[in-house]
Amino acid sequence: MRLQIEDVLCTFCGCLCDDIKVEVNEGRIERVRGACRLGSSKIMGHNRIKSPMIRVNGTLKETSYEDAYRKAAEILVSAKHPLLYGWASTTCEALKKGIILAEEIGGVVDTTATVCHGPSIIGIEEKGLVGSTLGQIKNRADLIVFWGCNPSEAHPRHTLRYSSNASGRFIPEGRKDRKVLVIDVRETRTARNADRFLRIQPGTDYEIISALRMIIGGKAESLPEDVAGVSKKELIEIAEMMKSAKFGAIFFGLGLTHSRGRYKNVDNALSLVSELNSHTKFVIMAMRGHYNVTGAGQVLAWSSGYPMAVDYARGAPYYNPGETSCCDLLSRRDVDAALIIASDPASNLPRGCVEALAEMPVIQIDPFENPTTLFADVVIPSAIAGIEVEGTAYRMDGLSLRLRKLVDAEYPGDVEILQAILDNVRRLRDDN
Amino acid sequence: MAVMISGRTLAQGAGCEDKMSPLYINEVSCCYLSEEDYRALGLSDGMNLLLTSPHGSAVLRAGVDRGLPQGMVFIPMGPWANMLTGTDTKGCGMPGFKGVEVEVTPTDEKVLDIRELMLRGR
Ligand code: SF4
Repeated sequence: MRLQIEDVLCTFCGCLCDDIKVEVNEGRIERVRGACRLGSSKIMGHNRIKSPMIRVNGTLKETSYEDAYRKAAEILVSAKHPLLYGWASTTCEALKKGIILAEEIGGVVDTTATVCHGPSIIGIEEKGLVGSTLGQIKNRADLIVFWGCNPSEAHPRHTLRYSSNASGRFIPEGRKDRKVLVIDVRETRTARNADRFLRIQPGTDYEIISALRMIIGGKAESLPEDVAGVSKKELIEIAEMMKSAKFGAIFFGLGLTHSRGRYKNVDNALSLVSELNSHTKFVIMAMRGHYNVTGAGQVLAWSSGYPMAVDYARGAPYYNPGETSCCDLLSRRDVDAALIIASDPASNLPRGCVEALAEMPVIQIDPFENPTTLFADVVIPSAIAGIEVEGTAYRMDGLSLRLRKLVDAEYPGDVEILQAILDNVRRLRDDN
Repeated sequence: MAVMISGRTLAQGAGCEDKMSPLYINEVSCCYLSEEDYRALGLSDGMNLLLTSPHGSAVLRAGVDRGLPQGMVFIPMGPWANMLTGTDTKGCGMPGFKGVEVEVTPTDEKVLDIRELMLRGR
């Protein structure tokens, strides 16, 4: 039977586009319309992990789900301090289950945010955020600033749906009614489509933000003629561009969080925005990458009080980024087993951390093989959330959206898998 | 000496959930340079680069990105860029994925296959 499903959500990036059309024939997705290249490649699907596997004498061997659950539970129960990492590409419901598991085994729950917008969250905790929804920006913003982000490649439909090229209630002409400013260290595709591009030196975001804050605060005369390679004249023009907007919006990316200054860059940018609000309306938003990385932070925050890197080893949630975050735990060899779900730390962490991961027992829950599979001792294939199972995810602006199930799955969902591991953990504990 | 920046690209994203595919692997094992630096190093199609940072080294294919200034190289985020990044998070959980100082030299060595790269030294 052929089915046309409308208003499908794309579970790839933080835009969570909710206007995708999917054609399903005989229980298989045949066509995707309206998604970008990234979204289509995800929704159309590709090679899956076929069966659960357990590593025996260095080689992964197929096994049953029951054996994989039991082996995973054994690893977790015998670990002193296990890490439960990932969560950005699955549902809020899965993380809720993961938190219960972490509490019972005294583990650490960390999300991929710590190597993404984690520093932004720390900056927001320190300073507070002048935020908005994407809808407000689409309908009102006449100045869009992309700072250290490149939506043309990382969030391909962002500009069309929510920002520079979107038409809105008070921005009827779309791109013509808006100015676009890009601040970056390289001329990206996004920069090539801007009205103005400010190229800065790597690692100088903090200085540039501080200079703009001084100009906006009326202290331009104290600035040197050149700030980190940018002329004072150019900075004054940029500050004027910001002040003269009716409604300005800064979207910032990993350009701020991955470079020198890290969360302090974000902290400073938040101050810039709050000061701009003495002159006009300005808002700021992090360009969150994975579709539910925002939701993962929300669930952890409402369950434990902390947004990421939560350690349950003490019997109560403990949070200290730099100590309880994935990268630090691994490089200090402070964890002795890992459950990796909906993420691929082997590709995304520095080599030193990957080596640490390779030395410990690793359980992987994922629909797809990836470099983490090369180190995994137990591999549990799962259904794809938003395609094969339903659930909740949060868009980059903090709006929660319901993911639907489009086709039947041959695999259990993440919630079911985590529950089964939890049941096995409890059983093992009872036996002891 | 150059400054290495890593980040997302369209092809990296399209292969992101299919990481063992040639699409993803080709994209993330490429190091982009400015036209000037590409010429100054005497590079041409199909040539490789050895990148060395204080944290490690890797061989990548060389490509041109006209948006890059001289002295900066760009690697799509992934296992190759991460061979060069350190684990120090300066107390906030985030390693330095951008702004890593690297030595860039042309090489005859081949780009490793993903399995060889990940299991290197093991
Ligand atoms: S922009 Fe993001 S959410 Fe929208 S279709 Fe592309 S990948 Fe999916």
